[in-house]
Amino acid sequence: MKPIVRFDKVTKSFGDTIVLRDFDFEMAPGERVVLMGPSGSGKSTVLRILMTLEDIQKGVVYLSEVPLWHERSRAGELRPAGEKYLRKMRSDVGMLFQHFNLFPNMTVLRNIIEAPMKVAGLSRAEAEARADELLARVGLSDKREAYPNSLSGGQKQRVAIARAMAMRPKLLLFDEPTSALDPEMVGDVLEVIKDLAAEHDLSMLIVTHEMGFARDVADRVCFFCDGRILEQGEPSQIFTAPAEERTRQFLRMVLHEAPTEEATG
Amino acid sequence: MDWLSLLPPLLYGAEVTAWITLASTAGGAILAFAAGIGSTARFAGWRWLAGLYVQIFRGTSLLVQLFWLYFALPIIGIRLSPEVAGVLALSLNIGAYGAEVVRGSLNSVDAGQYEAATALNFTPIQTLWRILMPQALIEMMPPFGNLAIQNLKDSALVSLISLADLAFAADNLRNRTLETLPILILTLLLYFAMALVLMAAMRLLERYLRGVSGREATR
Amino acid sequence: MLFGFHWDLSSPEAFALSILPILLIGMKITILATIFGFLIAMALGLVFALLRGVPLRAVSWPIAFIVEFVRDTPLLIQLYFLYYILPDYGITLPALETGIITLGIQYSAYTSEVYRAGLEAVPRGQREAARALNLGAWRTYRDVIVPQAIPRIVPALANYLISIIKDTPILSAITVLEMLGAAKIVGDRTFRYMLPLTLVGVLFLILTAVAATAVRYLEKKLPRAGIALK
Repeated sequence: MKPIVRFDKVTKSFGDTIVLRDFDFEMAPGERVVLMGPSGSGKSTVLRILMTLEDIQKGVVYLSEVPLWHERSRAGELRPAGEKYLRKMRSDVGMLFQHFNLFPNMTVLRNIIEAPMKVAGLSRAEAEARADELLARVGLSDKREAYPNSLSGGQKQRVAIARAMAMRPKLLLFDEPTSALDPEMVGDVLEVIKDLAAEHDLSMLIVTHEMGFARDVADRVCFFCDGRILEQGEPSQIFTAPAEERTRQFLRMVLHEAPTEEATG
Repeated sequence: MDWLSLLPPLLYGAEVTAWITLASTAGGAILAFAAGIGSTARFAGWRWLAGLYVQIFRGTSLLVQLFWLYFALPIIGIRLSPEVAGVLALSLNIGAYGAEVVRGSLNSVDAGQYEAATALNFTPIQTLWRILMPQALIEMMPPFGNLAIQNLKDSALVSLISLADLAFAADNLRNRTLETLPILILTLLLYFAMALVLMAAMRLLERYLRGVSGREATR
Repeated sequence: MLFGFHWDLSSPEAFALSILPILLIGMKITILATIFGFLIAMALGLVFALLRGVPLRAVSWPIAFIVEFVRDTPLLIQLYFLYYILPDYGITLPALETGIITLGIQYSAYTSEVYRAGLEAVPRGQREAARALNLGAWRTYRDVIVPQAIPRIVPALANYLISIIKDTPILSAITVLEMLGAAKIVGDRTFRYMLPLTLVGVLFLILTAVAATAVRYLEKKLPRAGIALK
């Protein structure tokens, strides 16, 4: 079965700083992968490259074995992709952001139906039907006509999830979805994400610090360090018996800062 | 010193001033959006053109621009009437300042909005008009209000190319009746009154936009 | 002939070169008017700002009204006002001086706002900390508030200097012979406006570019945290 995501010797730098160096990575369709590690280690960059928010300097990124950042010219390969090509590739990928990024000038409903209508070409009725179904799933049907600035952080993120799901992506990227939330709201959002994981055969790539959540949802946990995956494996293995010292250090720090993680497990 | 008899000619002039101000503010707004959006364009040529326009019209004096349009252009065969030259000069001038406001407001929209729009696969044009512009518009209103008042004040300069606006009427009347003090006081008051009306109108516009966009300007 | 200069109409280049001295004399007036107008604006603006801060409404409200009135009425009319009215009250000033004073008054309305906004932008916590340390009003202003307000105030004031440069041609309406006035006279006498006016435009571009560079330099040199006090 083709991997849904494949990074082939990818190098990404911001000016002089190299963030990813000869980076290899694969993800199977329907797999749930959690990326963990200290800040600046490159995990968010992997997401942003997949969402075409960042380009790459070397190597090739494949979505279902089709190059993402390169178009195949008639002769053979590898011309940097143009905007039209990127738009085509993007349509199967969705993203959730740490700071939600809801459109403040639109109601919750409008936020959710805008892209299906204007990008996917759905009629207003179809888009609204889809939106209502998603709002029910995330538990916010009563906030249909509200504006984002009247919502709490947790509610905003749930709307963002509905908005992303409305475009029926095959791959959903989560960039620290609960890091900007007050502790009481984290649980609700994680429940919604777990619900998504349970029912759809959606591939999910999640950057998070929430260990308990990773243990519940992830098929595989990758520990990132200095732009490489230091070690990876099933959550139970990584969390209880990490092989690398750096992994152990990181886990110790994170667990120390969030003791409730272990308690709620 | 019959002040009331001085009013009618001044009011005629004020009407011309009002029309010129409205026309040039509208023209300036169009230019401001064109150049402001142009300066964020993907194509380097548009950016360069917009930059050149803003640089020239912000870097030189309005009166020089006005005189150039009215006195210099005829040399190469383009003869503009005082009305056209006046409105054109005012529009070009205020448009350049407005372009900087538009550009700044667009840039001040949170980068995350642009990223979310990309994630949802909107085209660049859709992103600009449906997501960025509505949010930027509310930020533009306070500076636009100031520019509108500035335009009203600048409009007095068209009297120097013999356009019969309020300033021209005042100068004319002064020459004819020598009642300089009442004439100039009335003129100042008339301009001030028009400024107050303009400020109120801009405030209403801002309130309307705030309702439409669901958010407040961060002033 | 103007100021004793002849102009040469034989070719565009010769024409341009021959009127350049005339335009540069005009530029001298432009620069003079700008500098002195700016100085008056800075001083008068400070007076206005201080008076508006006075707790007594009988003082602050009329001042606020005057400032608003000056701000919202055209410079040209204010110019006419001073030029034609003052002599009736016995003060007969030459046109340039009248122009400078008018520029100063009009821009003092803007500078007073700059002072006020700059002082207000200093975080409240600074005043409170000074209070907690029992520094006293004069000391607080001199060593804490003003040094932190200056990096904000100076660039804003300098930008108004650039605006004044661009407003000086209005003085030509009361016969001041600055750059535009000089160009217009050359044009009136030779019926060739294109070259003089374009040259004046270029000269203004140069003037404002130089001033803008100076402002950017100033902004860089002024430390963001406020003037360092040892």
